[in-house]
Amino acid sequence: MDLILVNLIDGLVTGLLLFMLSAGLTLIFSMMGVLNFAHASFYMLGAYFAYQISLFMGFWMGLLIAPVIVGLAGAGIERYGLRRVHQYGHVPELIFTFGLALLIEEIVQFIWGKNQMPYSPPEILQFTLFSIAGNAIPAYKIFMLCMSMGIFIALLYVLTRTRVGMVIQAALSYPKTVEALGHNVPLVFMGVFGVGTALAGVAGVIAGPVLGTFPGMAFLLGSIVFVTIVIGGLGSLWGALVASLLIGWITTFAASYNVAMADILVAVGFEKPADLSESALRDLWSLTLPQIGPILPYLLMVLILVFRPYGLFGKRDV
Amino acid sequence: MGNTTSFGVTAVLALSVSATAAFADNVKIAFIDPLSGPFASTGTNGLHQFEFAAEALVNDKGGVLDGDMFEILAFDNKTSPKESLIQLQVAIDQGARYIVQGNGSGPAHALTDAIKKHNKRNPDSQVLFLNYAAVDPALTNEKCSFWHFRFDANADIKMDALTDVIAANEDVQKVYVIGQDYSFGKSVAEAAVANLAEKRPDIEIVGNELHPIGKVKDFTPYARKIVAAETDAVITGNWGSDMLGLGKAIIENGFTGPIYTYYAAGSGITGAFGETGKGTIRLIAEGQINPPATDEATAYYEAFRAKYPEGNIDQPRISNVIAMLAAAIEEAGTATDVVAVANALEGAEFDSMWGSKIIMRPNDHQAIQNMHIAVHTDDGITFDYDNSGFGVVTESEIEMAGMDSTSTCDMKRPK
Repeated sequence: MDLILVNLIDGLVTGLLLFMLSAGLTLIFSMMGVLNFAHASFYMLGAYFAYQISLFMGFWMGLLIAPVIVGLAGAGIERYGLRRVHQYGHVPELIFTFGLALLIEEIVQFIWGKNQMPYSPPEILQFTLFSIAGNAIPAYKIFMLCMSMGIFIALLYVLTRTRVGMVIQAALSYPKTVEALGHNVPLVFMGVFGVGTALAGVAGVIAGPVLGTFPGMAFLLGSIVFVTIVIGGLGSLWGALVASLLIGWITTFAASYNVAMADILVAVGFEKPADLSESALRDLWSLTLPQIGPILPYLLMVLILVFRPYGLFGKRDV
Repeated sequence: MGNTTSFGVTAVLALSVSATAAFADNVKIAFIDPLSGPFASTGTNGLHQFEFAAEALVNDKGGVLDGDMFEILAFDNKTSPKESLIQLQVAIDQGARYIVQGNGSGPAHALTDAIKKHNKRNPDSQVLFLNYAAVDPALTNEKCSFWHFRFDANADIKMDALTDVIAANEDVQKVYVIGQDYSFGKSVAEAAVANLAEKRPDIEIVGNELHPIGKVKDFTPYARKIVAAETDAVITGNWGSDMLGLGKAIIENGFTGPIYTYYAAGSGITGAFGETGKGTIRLIAEGQINPPATDEATAYYEAFRAKYPEGNIDQPRISNVIAMLAAAIEEAGTATDVVAVANALEGAEFDSMWGSKIIMRPNDHQAIQNMHIAVHTDDGITFDYDNSGFGVVTESEIEMAGMDSTSTCDMKRPK
C-alpha cells in the first residue's frame, strides 16, 4: 500500500517532466503541421547551458537564464531557418528538424565532450523531505513536481484566459483569417516555437541533475516524447497532459512489480512446459514486467493508433 | 640446373628477408575500438592510454630489439563486430601484426574468429590479438584461440573475487543483483548467484532482475524496490549512463550499503557521482590507483597527467599489455614472427607497476593477477578521476584471483 503511494509520486514526477516536453512539441505541431525532431535536443541544450551557468552563478541563475537562452535560440531557428524552409512544404521541414537534432548533438559533443557532466541538484535541496515506509522522497523531487505543476497552470491560464492565448489558438486553427484580422501570424508562430523550446529547456534544467547530463540524453527521451503526443492526440494540450501522466505511471508501476509472464500464462490456463530450455517460447515464459516496462508505452501507442488513430483527445488524424 | 634454381630461390628469399628487415623499424599495433558514437569517450581514453604507454614504456627507452619503435594505429570500429572485421583487414594491410581491442565482447568474438582464419590462410602475415578489456568468459574457454591473449580478468574471475570479499563480510545477509538485459548482464547475474550460493549459502538473494539496456530514463522505481527489499548490498554490471542513473537513484532513495560495480569509474562517471557516491560505490578492477602501488606508477601517472590533463588512467592493464608485449618480443628476438612472440607471452610472468604479479596462463591465455576492490571517495586520493577530487581507493586485495579456476579451453596450436 505504502509502495503504491510512493510509486504514484514517482510516476507523477516522471509524467509531469514528460509533459513539459510534450506540451511544447504538441503546440509546435499544431502550428507547423510537422513534428519537430529537434525538440528533445532543446531539452539537452537546456541541461548543458544550465550546467555551464551553474558553474559560475549557481543552480538558480541557471534555472532562470538557461531556458531563456534556449527559447531565444529556438525563436531564432524558427525565424531564420524553419520559416524559409516552410514554403517548400512539410518534407523539407521534417528533414530540417532532423538535421538540426544531429547538428545539436554534435555541437554539444564538440564543446562539452562525450562524458557525463557533474551537474547536481543545489545543496539547499539535497535532503530528504519525508519518507514513506523507508522510501525517501528527496526534496528535489517535490521541487520538480511544483515547478512542472506551476508551468502547466501558467500555460493553461495564458492559453485559455488571456487575449494572447486566444490569438494563438485562433492562429493555430485558422491562420489566414487571423492574419486578415490584422494580427502578425508569423510573429505568433515564432513566439510559440520560442516558448515551446524554452519549456523543453526548463525540463532539461531540472531533469539534468537527476537523469544525467550527457550527449545521449536527447535521444533517450526523444522517442518517448513523440509517443506521448501521439497517444494524447496531436495538437491537444490536455491530451499531452493525460498521456504524459499515463506513461509516467505505467513505466513506474511496471518497473516496480515483479509480475512474471509465466504466472499470467498459467492463470489464463496455459500449462508451463516442464523443461524451459527446450521450449520454443522460453523467452516468453521467462519474461517479467520490469524487463519490458520501458517498452510498454510503445505498445500502448500501437494500440491507440489501431483503435483511435487521432489519439485520446486529438481532433485530427495522424 | 637444379643448382641454379636453388640459388635463385635463395637469392629471392634473402632479398625478401632484407626487405622485411628494412621496413620492420616500427612494430605496428592496431587499436580497433569505438572512436565515435555513444562509447567514443571510453575508446578515445583507451587510445590515449595506449599511445602514452607505447611512448613512455618502450620508445623513450630506446624501443625493442635493435631500436624498433612501437607505433599505435587507431581504427574506429563503432563498437560493431562487422566494422571491426573491415578495420582488421585495413590494419593488416597497413602492416600491423598486433591487434588490441577491448570495448565489447561482440567485436572481440568477431576478431578472434577472423584472426584464426586469417592466420591459417596467410602464414606469412599472421597477427596476434591482445584483448585488454572484453571480459566474456567464453573467449578463454570454449572459444579460446592460440592467437588471443586476455590481459583483463574475465567476468567470472572478477565475480569470484568480488564474492570472496562479500562472503567475508558478516554484515551482508541479503544481496540484490540488477543488470542490463543482454549477455554480459545475464552472465554477471548468474555468476553472482552461483558464487554466493557456494561461498555463503546463508546469504539471501532478495532480488535478481534485468532492465532494458539504454532504455530506462528514470531508475527511481528500481531503486524503490531495492530499498524495499531491505538488502545489505547491491551487485551490478551496469556501465555508462545506466550505471550512473542506477547508482544515483539507489543512493538518493536512502540506501547506504555497498554497491558493488564493475564499471563505475572514469569517463565522467566518477565526477558525476561526486559527493553522493562517497563510501557507497565499490569497484572491482585489476590495478591499484590509490594509494599508488609503486613509485614507478606515481611517476607514470604524473607524466600521463602532464600530457593529457583531462584524461584518466582508468585501465591500468593497458600499460601491462604494452610492457608484456615488449618483453615477449625481446625474448623471442623478433617482432615479425608472431608465433615465437606468442610462445614467449604464453606463461610469461611480469611484475606490474600497479601492484601485482601477472601470469599469462598457458592453457587458455588468461592473465592471472591480483584483483582490487576499491571504494569511491575523496579521502586519501593521490590521483583523482575526471579532475573531480574524487577517485578510487583500494580497500581489499585478492591475490592471484582465479589462479585455480578451470577452463574448458582446448587450444589448437600451430605446428
